[in-house]
Amino acid sequence: MAIIRDMIPAFELFQPTTVEDALALMAEHGEGGWVLAGGLDSYDWFKDRIKRPEAVIDLGGIDELKGIIDGQDGLEIGAMTTLTEIVRHERVRSEYILLADAAEHVATPQIRNQGTLGGNISQDTRCWYYRSGWACYRAGGNTCYAAAPQAMNREHAITGTSRCVAVNPSDTAPALVALDAKMTVRGRRSSNVYDAEDFFIGPATDITRMTVLEPGDLLTQIDIPSEWANAHFYYEKVRDRGSWDFQLVSVAAAFKTSGNTIDDARIAVNGVAPFPVRLDAVERLVKGAAVDEALAIEAGEIAIQGSRPLKHNEYKQPMMSNLVRRAVRSVA
Amino acid sequence: MGEAESVGLLETKYSRRKFIKSVIAVGATASSAGYFIGGSGLLGAQSSGTAERLITLTINGQQRRVDVLPNETLAMTLRYRLNLTGTKLGCDRAECGACTVLVDGVNQYGCSMLTNQVRGSSITTIEGLENPDTGELSLVQQAVIDEGGFQCAFCAPGFIMSMTAMVNENPNPTRAEAAHALSGNLCRCGDYDKILNCAMRAAELARSV
Ligand SMILES: Cc1cc2nc3c(=O)[nH]c(=O)nc-3n(C[C@H](O)[C@H](O)[C@H](O)COP(=O)(O)OP(=O)(O)OC[C@H]3O[C@@H](n4cnc5c(N)ncnc54)[C@H](O)[C@@H]3O)c2cc1C
Ligand code: FES
Ligand code: FES
Repeated sequence: MAIIRDMIPAFELFQPTTVEDALALMAEHGEGGWVLAGGLDSYDWFKDRIKRPEAVIDLGGIDELKGIIDGQDGLEIGAMTTLTEIVRHERVRSEYILLADAAEHVATPQIRNQGTLGGNISQDTRCWYYRSGWACYRAGGNTCYAAAPQAMNREHAITGTSRCVAVNPSDTAPALVALDAKMTVRGRRSSNVYDAEDFFIGPATDITRMTVLEPGDLLTQIDIPSEWANAHFYYEKVRDRGSWDFQLVSVAAAFKTSGNTIDDARIAVNGVAPFPVRLDAVERLVKGAAVDEALAIEAGEIAIQGSRPLKHNEYKQPMMSNLVRRAVRSVA
Repeated sequence: MGEAESVGLLETKYSRRKFIKSVIAVGATASSAGYFIGGSGLLGAQSSGTAERLITLTINGQQRRVDVLPNETLAMTLRYRLNLTGTKLGCDRAECGACTVLVDGVNQYGCSMLTNQVRGSSITTIEGLENPDTGELSLVQQAVIDEGGFQCAFCAPGFIMSMTAMVNENPNPTRAEAAHALSGNLCRCGDYDKILNCAMRAAELARSV
């Protein structure tokens, strides 16, 4: 458990009020700069002295990054919108309850009151070896302590690994993948829009990052297209305690249905890989099928095909399988 | 600021604290106390940040001039510069809720925000709940006394702040809703049942005014 060391090490604090100014500051400080949103992932790093940025760029004063607006197609959510605002937003609740549900499962009321959607999806992994400052692959070293024979890896990955076995900790990430959200990322000179699925990256792509964001990049907006508005949604998160805890495994699913037949589906699982995993094979299986218990069971079985547990996380296979089974079953 | 210096902050805290208390007791403006600590050289040489050092905070309805570091948390400022020690530090990691304060009426963890992030906000701590003129307790404080909640009560200020936010927003919660609203506060003594009684009593009092 963390030790109280009384003071965060010194840094320069910048509080820009426009995206342009933030980007200029980020460019100026490069690797020594740190973007601060709600700070709830950041402060642990600082307090533990594992990350010691020279310059912290607080986005809290940038109004253009806050709030939810009706876009041309669906909703446009500013990266600095708090999780509580998302949970309470009328249109999120009426049309995209999947996202409100997922956001409401993050940590605690106080954390949701301050933590932002941008920060929630950009947060780093919670692998305790990495978070404790061990020189693992992700930290630029040459081993994975969590996959070692004596490792404590109950909360680690069962799929999608490549040297690193850490998992993506975000509760909103799988919901955004299921809703086919689009992330706008601005650099100093360019602006790119990513599908949620591509925004999150695995260690095979870059072992030091969880998302496409590189130093100097700012996530400005998350769009929820209307395509999946009012679909049949299913969200479930399994965690040790009913509050505070990160998911062991979670599932977020969107189904378009006629009666109990699934016309289209997007299903994502988190807590099992270094990125939220979209279950294409399960989606293919259920599309066009009428839901019965046999289909739900088969979906659960297909979901975990190819997964491989570590020493202490075998339970994640049946857990993931059951969650997918329940998601499919919920349609009937 | 280096580690050695920061340890100094805590070591000198107690003697300083006595001194500050006496300053406040003799009626010197409390707002200068914070400035005095910073200005007294307690923190030694400072690294220069671009955020201003001497800032004004609105705390419990008062404007307080206080000298803060860019890397200082609100809980630190409250406890060690303004002597508002009702805000507790349990974990300093957003994992217990002892440091809960209201920022513009919203409950948040004082240990997990920079003081500079709330410069423009109105902050309420446990010290600010009673009526400043009459000393009359707030509804939530009264409810806690009525129901005899809490054992050691280290968690109480944080819980009371969350209950205050809860009743302001929803004075008609079910017990389950109250539990959800308070799910960001831990009680190490495990006195949850009585704490929930307090929350329900507070809501009842709020409905009757
Ligand atoms: C005790 C505790 C429990 C938690 N439990 C959960 C949980 O159950 N589920 C869950 O999902 N999360 C959990 N979290 C993680 C996290 O704190 C919150 O999810 C929160 O949403 C993070 O958002 P933030 O704005 O506070 O992030 P910050 O700490 O401000 O940012 C997180 C990271 O993203 C980067 N970043 C933020 N915004 C941007 C942007 N716009 N552009 C580019 N980079 C950006 C920051 O540089 C930083 O690296 C928990 C945290 C704590 C401390
Ligand atoms: S001291 Fe802030 S949550 Fe524990
Ligand atoms: S009463 Fe002791 S911690 Fe809550």
